[in-house]
Amino acid sequence: MLTFIIITLIKVLVIFVVFLLMIALLTWLERKLLGHFQVRLGPMRVGPHGLLQPIADGIKLLFKEDIIPDNVNKFVYVLAPLLTFIPALIIVAVIPFGKSIELFGQRIDMVISNFNMGILYIFAVASLSVYGIVLAGWSSNNKYSLLGGLRSSAQMISYEVSLGLSLIGVFMIAGSLNLVDIVNAQDKLYNWFIIRQPLGFLLYLVCATAELNRIPFDLPEAEQELVAGYYIEYSSMKFSMFFLGEYGNMINVSALATTLFLGGWHGPFLPPVVWFLIKLTAFLFFFIWIRATLPRFRYDQLMNFGWKVLLPLTILNVLITAVVMIL
Amino acid sequence: MDWIIPAVNLKLILPEIVVCLFAILILVTDPFLSKERKIWSAHLSWIAVVIAFIANIRLWNLQEATFTNMFLVDNYATFFKFIFLAGSFLIILISMSYLKREEILHGEYFSLILFSTLGMMLLASGFDLVVIFLGLEIMSVSLYVLAGFKRSDLASNEASLKYFLMGAFATGFLLYGIVMIYGSVGSTNLGQIINHITSNDAGSNLLIWAGAGLLLVGFGFKIASVPFHMWVPDVYQGAPTPITAFISAGPKAAGFAALLRVFLFSFTTIKMDWTMIVWIMAALTMSVGNIVALAQSDIKRMLAYSSIAHAGYVLVALVAGGETGVSSALFYLLAYTFMNIGAFTVVIALGRKGQDNTKLEDYSGLGSRSPILAILMTIFLFSLAGFPPTAGFMAKFYVFGSAVKSGFTGLVIIGVLNSLISVYYYLRIVVLMFMQAPVTRTDNERIKVAFCAILVLIISTWAVLQMGIFPQSLLSLAQASVSSIF
Amino acid sequence: MEILIFSIVALIAVICSVQVIISRNPVNSALFLIATMVSLAILFILLNAPFLATIQIIVYAGAIMVLFLFVIMLLNLRRDEFGPERRRAQRFFAILFSFLLLIGITTVLTVGTFNSNQVESGWSKTIPAGVEPLAQLLFTKYLFPFELASVLLLVAIVGAVVMAKRRL
Repeated sequence: MLTFIIITLIKVLVIFVVFLLMIALLTWLERKLLGHFQVRLGPMRVGPHGLLQPIADGIKLLFKEDIIPDNVNKFVYVLAPLLTFIPALIIVAVIPFGKSIELFGQRIDMVISNFNMGILYIFAVASLSVYGIVLAGWSSNNKYSLLGGLRSSAQMISYEVSLGLSLIGVFMIAGSLNLVDIVNAQDKLYNWFIIRQPLGFLLYLVCATAELNRIPFDLPEAEQELVAGYYIEYSSMKFSMFFLGEYGNMINVSALATTLFLGGWHGPFLPPVVWFLIKLTAFLFFFIWIRATLPRFRYDQLMNFGWKVLLPLTILNVLITAVVMIL
Repeated sequence: MDWIIPAVNLKLILPEIVVCLFAILILVTDPFLSKERKIWSAHLSWIAVVIAFIANIRLWNLQEATFTNMFLVDNYATFFKFIFLAGSFLIILISMSYLKREEILHGEYFSLILFSTLGMMLLASGFDLVVIFLGLEIMSVSLYVLAGFKRSDLASNEASLKYFLMGAFATGFLLYGIVMIYGSVGSTNLGQIINHITSNDAGSNLLIWAGAGLLLVGFGFKIASVPFHMWVPDVYQGAPTPITAFISAGPKAAGFAALLRVFLFSFTTIKMDWTMIVWIMAALTMSVGNIVALAQSDIKRMLAYSSIAHAGYVLVALVAGGETGVSSALFYLLAYTFMNIGAFTVVIALGRKGQDNTKLEDYSGLGSRSPILAILMTIFLFSLAGFPPTAGFMAKFYVFGSAVKSGFTGLVIIGVLNSLISVYYYLRIVVLMFMQAPVTRTDNERIKVAFCAILVLIISTWAVLQMGIFPQSLLSLAQASVSSIF
Repeated sequence: MEILIFSIVALIAVICSVQVIISRNPVNSALFLIATMVSLAILFILLNAPFLATIQIIVYAGAIMVLFLFVIMLLNLRRDEFGPERRRAQRFFAILFSFLLLIGITTVLTVGTFNSNQVESGWSKTIPAGVEPLAQLLFTKYLFPFELASVLLLVAIVGAVVMAKRRL
C-alpha cells in the first residue's frame, strides 16, 4: 500500500512537471510555427531560436499587477480561472503514455490511474471545464466577456454531444472504456482505429477543435468582434491560468486522439514513450497548422454545422460500426 | 457474463405498440403534409385508436405477464384500456373542428394525445412501480404540452406552466414514495411487494407506511383529490377545451387505475390502516369540489370543480374496497368519461374563434336557439348530477351501495348530501338554457356543429342512456374485469 | 476513512443545497447546485458505483446546469425584477411544512427497516461495478422500462419543440 502511494505520488509529480513544461514549449512552438507559416521568424531573442521565450513570458506575467475590477462578482471572478486550469490538469491522470515497466521489482504502469472507465472520467471532467469560461464571462461584468461566455457555452454544449458520440464506435470495437485496453486493442498498424474508424476520427478532430475554442471555432474570443472575449478583464496570473488551461486542453485532446485512434504508444524500434510523444506532437502541429490556414466560422454556420451535419454523421458512424460488427 | 434475454410476448403489448407507432408515424409524416391536408394526422390518430381497441378486445380474458413481470395483462387492465381508448377516440373527434377553428391544427397535437394514451395504458398494465412511474410521466409530459397548445393564448400558457410545475412537484413525491418502498422491500415489482408485506410483519415497518403515504400524494395529484387539487381550476379553464375534457376523463381514470392497483392489491394487508386516510380524503374531495363549484361563473371552471367532486365519489368506492367496490369504481369511471366528454362537446360547440363563450350567461336562452344541443346538455348535466335514468345515477348508486355494504354509512351520507348540493349548480345551467332569454347580441347566429362533434354527441348520449337504463351488461363487464384479481 | 469522507462530502452536499435555496443571486444558486451535484457524484463513488458518478457529473453538472446558467445569464435578472416580496403567510407555512416533512422523513429513515438482501445480480457491495452489469440489467430485466424511457424522452423533445418553436 505504502509503495503504491509513493509510486503514485512520484508519477503525479513527474507528469505534472512534464505537463507544465510541455505547455510552455507548446506556446513557443505555436509562435514559432505561426511565424514561419507567415514567412516571419517568430521569437528569436531569448535563448537559441527563442527557446527560452516562454520562461520570459511566464516571469513577465507573474510580476504584472493583479487587477480585480471594482464591480465584478469577486468570488466567481477568482474561481473562474481555476475552473479552466484544474480540469485540464487532472484529465492527464488517466491517459496512458507507455507500456508498464519493471523497476526495482515493482510493476509500474505508465499512467497515473488505470481507471476502469477512464474515458467517461475524461468526459466528466471536460464537461466541467465549460464553467471556467462561462463564469469568467459572466463575473467580469463586461458586455464583451458576457457575449464570449454565452457563445462558448452554446458552442461547447453543441459540440460535446457530437464529441461523445464520435467515440462510441471506438468503444464498440474495443469493447471497453478503459484507455489502456483501447490502446492494447491497436497493437498492429492495421488495427489502429484511424483505419477502422476513419469517419469517427475526422468527426473527433472537428469536435475537438471546437471544444478547444480554436480557429476555426474561436468565436468565444474572436479578437475582431469581442476584443478578447471572456478573459478581457483578467490580468497577470489569472490571465495566464486561462492560457495554461487552453494549451493544457490542447495537449489533452491530442493525447486522447493519439490514444484512441493512433495506437497510443505502439510503434516499432523506438521506446513506447517516444512514440507517444511523436504522435502527440504531430497532432499539436496539426492544430497549429489549422490555425494558420483557416478563417473563422460565422455563428449561424457554427450552429448549423454542429447540429445538422456533425450530429447526424456521428450517429451514422455508430450505425455503420454496429452493422459492420454484426456482419 | 451470460446474457439471458427475458421472455417477451409482444402480442400482449400490441395495443401499446400500435398507439406508439402511430404517434411516431404522425410525427414523421406531418411535416410533409400541406396545410390543407393536416387533418390527415387526425384521421391517422383515430385509426390508431380503433386498431388498438380491436387489438385490446382480443386480450380480454387473458391473464399473463411479460417483460420479467413488469407488464401485466388482465381484465382489469384491459377494461381500463377500453375506457382510455374510447375517451381518446372521442377527444380526437371533437378536437378536429376545434383545432381548425382556432387555427392550431398541427400533427403534434394528435401525436401527443396518442402518447398520452400510451402512458395511461401503461399505468393500467404496469405491474412494477418503475413502469407505473414511466407511464405516469409519459402521460403527464404530453398533457403539460397539450394544455399549452394554444400558444398565443396567455391563459393556455399559464395553464401549461402551472400544470407542469405542480405536476413535477407531485412526481417528486411519487418517486420518493417508490424509493422508500424499494428500500424496505428490495424490489419495485408489485408481486414481490405483496409477498413481502404478507410474509413479513411489514405493517410495523414505517418505511412502507411513508412510501404508501407519498404514493398517495403523487396519485392524489393526478386524480385531483382535495388537498392536492389546487392546479385543477386554472388548468381546466386555461387549456384548450378538448384537452380539458381529455384531462378530466382519461388521465383521471388512469390515476385511479394505478392507485387502485397499488393500494387495493399490494397494500391489502395493511388496508384498514390507510382506509381512514382515504376516507377523509374522499369526504373532503366531495365537499370542497361541490361547494366551491356553487360559486363559479365560468362553465369550464365549474366543470373543473365538479370533476374534483367526482374524483371524491370514486374515492368512496376505493374506501369500500373489495370486488363490488372496485367494479363500481370502474363503472363510475366509464360513465364519467362519457357524460363529461359529452358535456364538454356542447361547450366546444358553443364557442367561436378566439371566443370560447364559457360564461354561464352565454348559456341563457340556448333552449330556443338550439333545442337539440340544449336537450343533450341537459341529459349530460342530469347524468353528472346523478338523476335517473342516466349513467350518473346508476354509477353513484353502485358506488354508494358498495360503501354501505362495507359499512361506511357515514361516508355515504356525506356523499348523498354532496350530490344534493351538486344538483343546484348543474340545474342552474338547465334553468338558464330553457327559462331565460339570451342576453348577448351574437346569440341569433345559428350554431353550426361539425359532423365529428355530432358523432361524439350521439355516442356519448347513447352511452349515458344505455348505462342508465340497461346498466347490467357493462356492469357485469366491470365485475368480470375485477374478478380476475380477487 | 470511508466514514470520514462520507461525512465531509455529505456535509458539503447539505450546506450547498441549503445555499441553493437561500442565495440571493441566481447564478450563485446555480453554482451551489453544481457543487451539490458533484458531491452527490462522490457519494456514488463511495457506494461503489463509479459509472453512476461519472454519469451524474456528465449529465447534471456538465450539461443540464450549463444550460441553466446559460438561461440565467441571458435573462440576467436583477433583484428588483423579481417583484415585491408578497405572501408572508404562505412563506411561513411553506417553511413550517417543509420542516415537518424533513422531520417526518428523517424519522422514517432512521426508524424504518431496510431490506438489503435483494441486491440485483451482478452487483457486489465491495467491488466497484463497471458498465457491464448495469448494461446487462438494462437490456434484460429492465428492458421494458428502458424502452419506455426512450418514449418519454421523445415526448419531452416533441413537447419542447411544440412549446418553443416560433412557427410550427
